[in-house]
Amino acid sequence: MKKIVKFLCVAMVCVIGAALLTGCGGEKKTAQRELKVYNWGDFIAPDVLKDFEKETGIHVIYDTFATNEDMYVKVKSGGSDYDVAVPSEYMIKRMIKEGLVEKIDTSKLSNYKEIGDQYKNLPYDPKNEYSIPYMWGTLGIIYNKKMVTEPVDSWGMLWNKKYSKQIFMLDSPRDSIGIALKYLGYSMNTVNEKELDAAANKLIEQKPLVLAYVVDEVKDKMIAGEGAMALVWSGDAMFMKEKNPDLEYAIPKEGTNLWFDSMVILKGTKHMAEAEEFLNFMTRPDIAKRNVEYIGYATPLPSVQKQLDEAVQKDIAAYPAADILKNTEVFDDLGDNLPKYDKAWTKVKVAQ
Amino acid sequence: MERRWLVYPYHIWMLLFTVVPLALIFYFAFTVKGTYAFTLENIQQAASPVYLKVLWHSVWLAAVSTFACFIIGYPMAMILATCRVKYRNMLVVITIIPMWMNFLLRTYAWMTLLEKKGLINTVLSFFNIAPLQLLYTDGAVLLGMVYNFLPFMILPIYSVLMKMDRSLLEAAGDLGADAWTSFRRVTFPLSLPGVYAGMLMVFMPAVTTFVISRLLGGGQYMLIGNVIEQQFLAIGDWNFGSALSVFMMILIIISMALLSRYNKNGNGGMLL
Repeated sequence: MKKIVKFLCVAMVCVIGAALLTGCGGEKKTAQRELKVYNWGDFIAPDVLKDFEKETGIHVIYDTFATNEDMYVKVKSGGSDYDVAVPSEYMIKRMIKEGLVEKIDTSKLSNYKEIGDQYKNLPYDPKNEYSIPYMWGTLGIIYNKKMVTEPVDSWGMLWNKKYSKQIFMLDSPRDSIGIALKYLGYSMNTVNEKELDAAANKLIEQKPLVLAYVVDEVKDKMIAGEGAMALVWSGDAMFMKEKNPDLEYAIPKEGTNLWFDSMVILKGTKHMAEAEEFLNFMTRPDIAKRNVEYIGYATPLPSVQKQLDEAVQKDIAAYPAADILKNTEVFDDLGDNLPKYDKAWTKVKVAQ
Repeated sequence: MERRWLVYPYHIWMLLFTVVPLALIFYFAFTVKGTYAFTLENIQQAASPVYLKVLWHSVWLAAVSTFACFIIGYPMAMILATCRVKYRNMLVVITIIPMWMNFLLRTYAWMTLLEKKGLINTVLSFFNIAPLQLLYTDGAVLLGMVYNFLPFMILPIYSVLMKMDRSLLEAAGDLGADAWTSFRRVTFPLSLPGVYAGMLMVFMPAVTTFVISRLLGGGQYMLIGNVIEQQFLAIGDWNFGSALSVFMMILIIISMALLSRYNKNGNGGMLL
């Protein structure tokens, strides 16, 4: 017994020691240029990073995250020393407000002019000082043509009793409450408690029809034909349509959410020049094309959009026509009003 | 005396990973977001009807699954304890093996079994039975809890039954007790410490789970674990999340105190 205890102690000391040593080891390689990038999982074409390293000689340390919130917590807490991250628009606004991102000198990015004007100077970054758009998309309904016979043109379809227990909703307060607000004719960024209450009640009314509130599982379920309709993001819709041709994507006439994932340079970076080179590289049309073809979301580079397959260009899941986009709203950072959404969502989730 | 240093790693461990996190949770629970100001508001909010309802639902589901584990687990522990030595080890291993597999994987497996075009409904369709809605129901959540936590019920009961003095049963038989009576008057009372330990070990993870309810309940049934997870990950309100955790902890302490009142002389079953 004593031997075991002693052994465990020694083992523990070894483990802690090793951890400390590796922690120090990383600092020594100063000769090589380095860049730490923090991106969404599966959000870059294979080999793009390798090509970047080959062209510039900058060594990239690449990590991925699953939600904006995970990313935020890690960046905010300090210790991670990332140089570049790719948050969504509402998170970028929050990070600007909290001083977590550096200003970007767009005059140093030779490819910045490639980005379409309609994707610049958006409300989350009005002067485009802090972020470079990477991908964008919408929120809409994916439906199975074999099960849904009516035209899907309104959010009201998600309240259609005919499809009871065949509807998937997003387990995400802002998106699900957002479309209820849109359906009722309110703004997706409202902080008016009466409007939020009305949206919550609308969702409670819908609850008996909902099969499940999910996030990533919705892809498997819709592809397998487990449901008739689901609230999804456009990029996921492209992926599902590819796997199951019976599925179609629609953007309701009441309007929807337009979202952006943009690249930012994080405050306190020691690799400003490398970060700028990286942003410029990612905005280069040939690289942007490889990324967009791999990921399936929409590119903010008009020149790249023109090069894509005609079928993809015309697909409203990828590139909605201008008249559909007129009705869209971009999520605003709600700051201290966010708990109002949480409260409304909790009310929906606990309703029986 | 000279071996006192051996306990230092344990002390450091306790300090770093038990005392400090606990202190942080209490600190967050009783302060205003972003400041050091003391407040009871978070706790008051945690005690509001909406969250009490969630809490009640969580406790109810956890209690039902604990009871189900007891009903299924006790006979299994009896079988394990009384079967021939030759088979015993193998049976114990079979009981434990599922625990070696990833918890998430096992829960995901149930999803594919229960869904509309899943294995169970496919089999049912051979008998011309219309597909049942199995997944995303309270029943599915209960099933997931019972399936995942059953070993925690079986093992403590089994270990207590194993240590029981067999001669007591012989004595009961000599004094004229039939099998049922000797179970009721001898075996069961002696195994109670194991039952309490098992109940505690099933109830705790069941009441705090958020994965099972999300995967198998389809987010239809929000449990207290889901609310806490949401506060930390989605909303970023650590103070209210901590207040909910403190609330939770108080609940667990009360249930532990209740159980230990009935478990005064029982140290046998406590594996923890």
